[in-house]
Amino acid sequence: METAMDADIGAALQNTLLEAIAQRTPLRIVGGDSKSFYGRVTQGERLSVAGHRGVVSYEPTELVITARAGTPLAEIEALLAEHGQMLPFEPPHFSAGSTLGGAIASGLSGPRRPYAGGARDFVLGVTVLTGKGEILRFGGQVMKNVAGFDVSRFLAGSLGTLGILLEVSLKVLPRPESEQTLLFESSDRDAIQCMNAWAGQSLPLSGAVFDNGWLYLRLSGSTAAVHAAGGKLGGETVTDTTTFWAEVRDHRHPFFGDGVPLWRLSLPPATPPLDLPGTWLLDWGGAQRWLKTSASAEAVRETAAKAGGHAALFRGGDRQSEVFHPLSPAVAALHKRLKAEFDPQAILNPGRMYRGL
Amino acid sequence: MQTPAAHDNPPLDKPALISALRRLLPAESLLFEREDLRPYECDGLSAYRELPLAVCLPQTVEQVREVLRLCHERNVPVVARGAGTGLSGGALPLPNGVLLSLAKFMRILEIDPVNRIARVQPGVRNLAISQAAAPYGLYYAPDPSSQIACTIGGNVAENSGGVHCLKYGLTVHNVLGLKVLTIDGELLEIGGAALDAPGYDLLALMTGSEGLLGVIVEVTVKLLPKPERAQVVLAAFGDVVKAGEAVGRIIGAGIIPGGLEMMDNLAIRAAEDFIHAGYPVDAAAILLCELDGANEEVSEQILRVRQLLQEAGATEVRTARDEQERAKFWAGRKAAFPAVGRISPDYYCMDGTIPRKRLPEVLSRIAELSREYDLPVANVFHAGDGNLHPLILYDANIPGELERTEEFGGKILDLCVAVGGAITGEHGVGMEKIKQMCHQFAPPELAQFHSVKHAFDPQGLLNPGKAVPTLHRCAEFGAMHVHGGKLSHPELERF
Repeated sequence: METAMDADIGAALQNTLLEAIAQRTPLRIVGGDSKSFYGRVTQGERLSVAGHRGVVSYEPTELVITARAGTPLAEIEALLAEHGQMLPFEPPHFSAGSTLGGAIASGLSGPRRPYAGGARDFVLGVTVLTGKGEILRFGGQVMKNVAGFDVSRFLAGSLGTLGILLEVSLKVLPRPESEQTLLFESSDRDAIQCMNAWAGQSLPLSGAVFDNGWLYLRLSGSTAAVHAAGGKLGGETVTDTTTFWAEVRDHRHPFFGDGVPLWRLSLPPATPPLDLPGTWLLDWGGAQRWLKTSASAEAVRETAAKAGGHAALFRGGDRQSEVFHPLSPAVAALHKRLKAEFDPQAILNPGRMYRGL
Repeated sequence: MQTPAAHDNPPLDKPALISALRRLLPAESLLFEREDLRPYECDGLSAYRELPLAVCLPQTVEQVREVLRLCHERNVPVVARGAGTGLSGGALPLPNGVLLSLAKFMRILEIDPVNRIARVQPGVRNLAISQAAAPYGLYYAPDPSSQIACTIGGNVAENSGGVHCLKYGLTVHNVLGLKVLTIDGELLEIGGAALDAPGYDLLALMTGSEGLLGVIVEVTVKLLPKPERAQVVLAAFGDVVKAGEAVGRIIGAGIIPGGLEMMDNLAIRAAEDFIHAGYPVDAAAILLCELDGANEEVSEQILRVRQLLQEAGATEVRTARDEQERAKFWAGRKAAFPAVGRISPDYYCMDGTIPRKRLPEVLSRIAELSREYDLPVANVFHAGDGNLHPLILYDANIPGELERTEEFGGKILDLCVAVGGAITGEHGVGMEKIKQMCHQFAPPELAQFHSVKHAFDPQGLLNPGKAVPTLHRCAEFGAMHVHGGKLSHPELERF
């Protein structure tokens, strides 16, 4: 489990932070630096957590792994795979160096998310270095823990604006015995209907993507169950089951490659096709939709909000302005108060999520 | 200037408050006579009782907002309450505060079978959601034992669990959206029908916040398709350690059961006497292992689990023959608490969690403590997720016995913390485990909890004194808990 590169540099990180607090130097927190495109442009001295790495404990029969934030996701996933387990939320690897800390701080999840849960759902506990310079522990290594506010899950997806994650404990699950991908030719409208109708039935779904006239459906579970569901649903069987899903997860799929500003819309899954110009890739059974468009930010946000969802400028475009969906005044004010309670000097990734946060 | 915590304030002018509330609420929505307040003096943890100044039973969100604004203005503490089934005293009233019952918010606002969500008012009962979703082949997964009575608002406040948590998660994993009123009457809309929301994960913070951060006025939950088939296997063991090992074997084999429950001999006997579930009363422990999902998968897993249980040394392995027998097996487990209530004048239910592998040592230590305190214990265990419910049997009419029970219970929770677990898995801290919070968390973590509370409720008016102890209280308690000659919080002043 231990590797030569394992190191606990928590104390050094704390010292650097304390100095930054004293000097009021803003910090830009970096793990594998694979998501520097994500969020708003933030000014600050680079603070790398990548050296704080290594699996601290792993108990396959307890379904729990604890690792330092700088541990590469690939290393964690390889270890889990040796024991027939996995990270069920399929965190994207935007580069080979993607780390655990970055995965949790960004809170992003792959195609399995609607069926298994997202990054925050699998967080059991964290050790965090807050903007006050304190190392705090929340949650733990047990499945159930309702003592105190759920700060560990709250920190998932906070983009390093509240604290620097040092260690994360995650619930893990067994890898499915069998996986199969089915392919159906379809319109977007029909695909949305099918994906949602199937999600309402007892089927071993683990992915549903619509791209360019084709609906891809992934089934996972026992061989017998996958086989039975495949027989029930029909469609064509795709032989290479892993490449497509990994490419969609990591944005290596050709849809993502062309440098056009990319929007992420998070919507009620059965929302019919939206009236916005551009090209779409639908993931999460329709609940997460990728859009490359020339439409204005206002138009995209308004359309998403009308449908009961929200939109973020995920990659490219103007990253000095707001990239995430605007918050209501009451919620925005609460965000500022929470930020002040975790990072009173506003030195952690300032402005990465929203201006002034 | 530092203002004292609201609950330490001197009692305020009750008649003035009542007349102000009268202007906001219809007569039937306001109780203030002693005999009318009595039904609200406690929640499911009846050892703690207190009468509030008044009980408000608003019927509209606007009324809730007005009550909160008034209390905010007059610095009156507010305790929100659902069905009052909570087991940690979270809804215990404050003598100088308003008890805000959400019981009249009983409407299911929307079942959207296509998006697989339900939008409901906070006073809707947990089971009522699944019943309303049943015609669409859907259900709401978290199923606390009290599900016929407990409300979804209370479930969110406590982050309630149930017997299916290992596979389907706690409340926090099944809630998509909330509408929350803050103490100053501001409406926060958090999340909705999408799988995530922009900004910080306020849903995670609100879920399990025990009424300290806001008052929940609407909840959107996820609905799941009913599994095609569910089947339960019952296994008997000659000793509890073997039963514990069997759990590890099942999970180690890559099987995640829908439910995986353990009961010890005393719990088995009590449940069998009460429900006649067909449990083997001579067994030291039984395991109930439910497998659910696609028909073929369940068939395969049943065979595998039976084999694993036998390898683990089960003295008997029985698969429920039909749906009726399956329901019976579960009825015994779900009625375990009231069953124990039949064999003892009183019982005290603990809710610690532990890493599963530590079960043998924890159970043997509990048995030792049981002898030491001369109080019997029945153990019911959500074995899959390490959530232990020791039920301490006592008689409140015997002077000193409740105090002894509480002390014994406290030691069990300290033990859970010592082996790497938590003082509460699903019942919440409330009033009951406030002391143990000082053992679970160090002062800086507790201070951060107060910081979070401060961001929502700077005056500390929502459910003050519950869930998160002040550092001063920990210092006071600390004097009573001396470990290895060391005080728990040497950095704090003593008084």
